[in-house]
Amino acid sequence: MAKSEAGIGGLTYDAKRRAWPPELNVLLALVLIVAAFEILGRLIMGESFLLNTREGVPGLFNEQRLQIIILQVSIVGIIAIGVTQVIISGGIDLSSGSVVGATAMIAMSFAQVAMVNGNPNPKAIFPEQGWLDLPVIVPVLVGLGCGLAAGLINGALIAYTRIPPFIATLGMMVAARGLSRWWSKGNPISFPTESYAAIGKGMMPVLIFIALAILFQLIMTYTKYGKHCYAIGSNEEASRITGIKVEHHKVLVYAIAGLLAAVAAIVLSSKNLTAQAGMGVMYELDAIAMAVIGGVSLSGGRGSIVGTVLGALIFGVIISGFTFLKLDAYYQEMVKGVIIVGAVVLDQWRQRRRSLKG
Amino acid sequence: MADIILKTEGLTKYYGGVHALEDANFELRKGEHVAIMGDNGAGKSTFVRQITGVEMPTRGKIIFDGKDVSFASPLEAREAGIEAVFQNLALADDLDVPSNLFLGREKIRFNLGPFSILDRKGMREATRMALEKTAVKIPNLSSTIRHMSGGQRQCVAIARTATFPSKLIIMDEPTAALGVAETAQVENIIRTIKANGEPLVLISHNMRQVFDLVDRIVVFRRGRIVANLRKSETTGEEVVAYITGAKTGASLADAA
Repeated sequence: MAKSEAGIGGLTYDAKRRAWPPELNVLLALVLIVAAFEILGRLIMGESFLLNTREGVPGLFNEQRLQIIILQVSIVGIIAIGVTQVIISGGIDLSSGSVVGATAMIAMSFAQVAMVNGNPNPKAIFPEQGWLDLPVIVPVLVGLGCGLAAGLINGALIAYTRIPPFIATLGMMVAARGLSRWWSKGNPISFPTESYAAIGKGMMPVLIFIALAILFQLIMTYTKYGKHCYAIGSNEEASRITGIKVEHHKVLVYAIAGLLAAVAAIVLSSKNLTAQAGMGVMYELDAIAMAVIGGVSLSGGRGSIVGTVLGALIFGVIISGFTFLKLDAYYQEMVKGVIIVGAVVLDQWRQRRRSLKG
Repeated sequence: MADIILKTEGLTKYYGGVHALEDANFELRKGEHVAIMGDNGAGKSTFVRQITGVEMPTRGKIIFDGKDVSFASPLEAREAGIEAVFQNLALADDLDVPSNLFLGREKIRFNLGPFSILDRKGMREATRMALEKTAVKIPNLSSTIRHMSGGQRQCVAIARTATFPSKLIIMDEPTAALGVAETAQVENIIRTIKANGEPLVLISHNMRQVFDLVDRIVVFRRGRIVANLRKSETTGEEVVAYITGAKTGASLADAA
């Protein structure tokens, strides 16, 4: 028995029981899933999932696979960082995938080169205006502006008209998708400037994802903003009574989520060297899934960015593992669905068990 | 009068057609402890909600600390010096004790607007001191409120009022859900408040507690103040008679 002290009414308290942060459970799940693929890999494919087994190549791990796993999830992961903050403060954001689409289209149209192989850019969206060969700061600022605007509209609708976040962001989801189709009449936008293409080159998406994850983990832990996210998600009425400006805070949370969706859009369109109207479809659900798998409670008040990052890794490992086992992509979708529901069921069950057994 | 901390004149609150509070004239002197009693739905909590800025009165005046006030939010009331322990506790379950104590007015180490860096150590220290001051024992400050008993939660809520300098403390049924030991502890906190000369409005159904703790008893019935009794000049039977309506108030123009 750990150090225990007498509480009110002679209750004792076992300090050890609270020392187990929920993120450790997620990490454990990640390790188990990796181990499962490792065993399956050796049994079915006769090769290692994670370890380096190739002759003449240095290193303990299969670095190529690790890179693919994390690269795959980092763009949706950037969105998930914003979605995590929204869910922790008691909301939901269904619009992020569509905001990615619209932002990618609009930003990309300001990032195009004038000449492709000595000919005028065939995909140019604004040739008459001469909006070509612009410095990279222009598309980046335009993109961030788009995401910010979408987030501010979401936040203002939720905070001041008091409609449920589900409805407000559902509306934004449909509207932003329409915007991304209308913007270039459905045509893809390609041929970005070299400096724009550099944003998402190589492992840049991973670096941006990790940097943003660290930044927001610190913000959620050490700042007033983070504390108020948890407080509002935990008890909105109490937060209001104690004087937290709940409406302001909500606008800020959705604005940040919009900004992060815009960052993801810029990185994605830069990495793909093109933007299409259908970009980011279903990303909002993947982002929500990453958060939920990472232990963020859909009822608000609980979770962390670290958890979401681990949730994103679980996501990446599963997709990569299925490819590794040469299983059909259709199975991936089905299993993803099962995992999302499973994570929520597990969370509910853990909550109930905790209150029953202590 | 200079020693009156809170005075209401004709305070009235209608919820649509429901007259929850009608024409309440109330006075509280500095250092005085007053109990508000009355049946469920008599208007006690409504009265408190008007004073603490949770709701805006339909009409009537509130004079606090010599000034006409009209609080647009609980924060304004708080900033003016009114600390309240609400019936629904106003605690965030997923936060730890210091975070709850400082909810909405966190200590800041480095000001960056909404992204201000919290002074976590300072808040922990202040929490420890506040709990000591109120003799509340909570084994682990970093444990979330969710895992605490009703008594511990109530003590956190009350310690919150004791942490910040205030001119008036209001408690809405602070012991309604507590056990014997916990109730005794809350009553001790109230006695400490009395010894410090801080005025208190206590809403309670517990006759024994009221007669133990306060100087004066104000009875609400059907949204109106029907009695204003000095503790030394009344009995439990009389208070009950007013609460149930067996006895009706004479003119209360000479309140307090």
